Amino acid sequence: MPHSRLTGSRIRERRLVLGLKQAALAKDVGISAAYLNLIEHNRRRVGDSLLEVLAKALKTDPAVLAEGAEAALLGALSEADKRLPQAQAELDRSEDFAGRFPGWASLVMAQNQRIQELEQMVEALSDRLTHDPELAASLHEVISAVTAIRSTAAILSGGGEVDQEWQDRFLRNMRDEGMRLSSAAQGLVEFLDAGSSEEVVPIGPSEELATFLDANNYFFPDIEAPSAWKGGARDQAIAAVIAESAALTSREAQDMARQFLLQYLEDAEAMPMQAFQTARTALGWDPTALAREFRQSLPSVMRRIAFLPPTSDGTVAGLISCDGAGALVVRKAVPGFALPRFGAACPYWPLFQALAQPERPVRAVVRQPGGARRRHVCQAICVQQEAVSFDRPPVYEAYMLIRELDDALDGDALSHAIPTEVGSTCRVCPRTDCAARREATILSAG
Amino acid sequence: MTRQVLVIEDEPNIAEAISFILSRDGWSVSTHASGTTAVQAVRDAKPDVLILDVMLPGKSGYDILQDLRSADDTRALPVLMLTARGQKTDRELAERLGVNRFMTKPFSNSEMLTNLRELVGG
Repeated sequence: MPHSRLTGSRIRERRLVLGLKQAALAKDVGISAAYLNLIEHNRRRVGDSLLEVLAKALKTDPAVLAEGAEAALLGALSEADKRLPQAQAELDRSEDFAGRFPGWASLVMAQNQRIQELEQMVEALSDRLTHDPELAASLHEVISAVTAIRSTAAILSGGGEVDQEWQDRFLRNMRDEGMRLSSAAQGLVEFLDAGSSEEVVPIGPSEELATFLDANNYFFPDIEAPSAWKGGARDQAIAAVIAESAALTSREAQDMARQFLLQYLEDAEAMPMQAFQTARTALGWDPTALAREFRQSLPSVMRRIAFLPPTSDGTVAGLISCDGAGALVVRKAVPGFALPRFGAACPYWPLFQALAQPERPVRAVVRQPGGARRRHVCQAICVQQEAVSFDRPPVYEAYMLIRELDDALDGDALSHAIPTEVGSTCRVCPRTDCAARREATILSAG
Repeated sequence: MTRQVLVIEDEPNIAEAISFILSRDGWSVSTHASGTTAVQAVRDAKPDVLILDVMLPGKSGYDILQDLRSADDTRALPVLMLTARGQKTDRELAERLGVNRFMTKPFSNSEMLTNLRELVGG
């Protein structure tokens, strides 16, 4: 059996683990304590037969004593050396290093492995930046807008003859291209900030829940059926939905999903889908009218409005809820209204105006920067999360329904209202004159 | 004699700026925005020089260039290619396909004019 130079060290280590005295072990295997001492300090080679006896006394395999667990370590040290040869590591002493400092050697191995993983990740990201179609399209958009602006600006400022009609036309073009550039740049930042959806790995139970809800677009047909509402069928129906989800991997996320689905089921039972969808259209998507119709709370009605699929009129609604600390809990998006994936939202959202005024409904027409500058109607309410108690202070939560402004649905008053300019989150908001700004934007001033 | 230039570019504001610059310089300019029908547009317009964008709807500028270089009536047409992709590989591909000049966006108006004048010999 090939013995490494550190067989003695492993014999000593094993003996100490078992709490054996050197003299006792020496006596047990029939050699002198002095000889064992020399072996243990790697000053004498140990023959195969003695190794077998020692291994038996130490209740281990002779190979473990002969080769040791550090073979992997030695391989890893050699690999680490290849990665950074300019460090001039003493390769000829790596066995000695691994034997004397196994903890440090393990650290080198782990770091080497981590570097390898990170290098692979960088490679994948670099590959993605090079080949991602969404990114390529965004960059093309930016370059096209910049090209048009640069050429047009050079015409206007170049000193040549440009008659008034052309001047007006070019100024319009520059304005349009400026808007397009702003929108493309914002899209680019959001893309880089959020990552493409298929590559986002949920981090933590809240992210798992969000992934699960997004994947189902907040709609659960299996729980809409009256047969799922009674007795034990409730738990069964909810458990089946959770079991089918690949996104809910942690127990915490499954518990959160259970809570969400239980509330969903109660809303479904109180406001059955078909009746609610009919009423939703008939009552013009008005949450207060629907709350009266079904004798339910505004938050319940808002959830139902937002979570049920759109009917033939194509109107869709999003829903955001936050806790008393302003942390976003539900984030069902609606086209044209950007929500932050991470961190805090824009303090100008009506959601937070509502949070400051419990029980008072807040409605506002809002507009976000960039893009198509669509106007959205937001309806928000803040309510107490649980029953009133003398034992503890009240805990509030707020809900905000978001829907694109619809002249037919919303009437003249809202259609002609001056929109409140709001953002998504400070990081990607170009407004520089915002009193509520928490942190600098990564976009240039817009 | 007025020289003819055909601009194949799907971005209307870029095409408009190029048209203005060239018209003011004395060129007769026509524009075309589709990649799919670009080769036919070249045959119809019979320009002295072609400005060709790369990313076009329906057919890329590279494919159009290849078609032009493989047909007798368009093989010798001077082509100035404009692209948002200025990587070495893009330039090399365009050169392999027989481009005469290659400019990356955003470009300088005066540089574009110089290139065009050189392509038609003055």
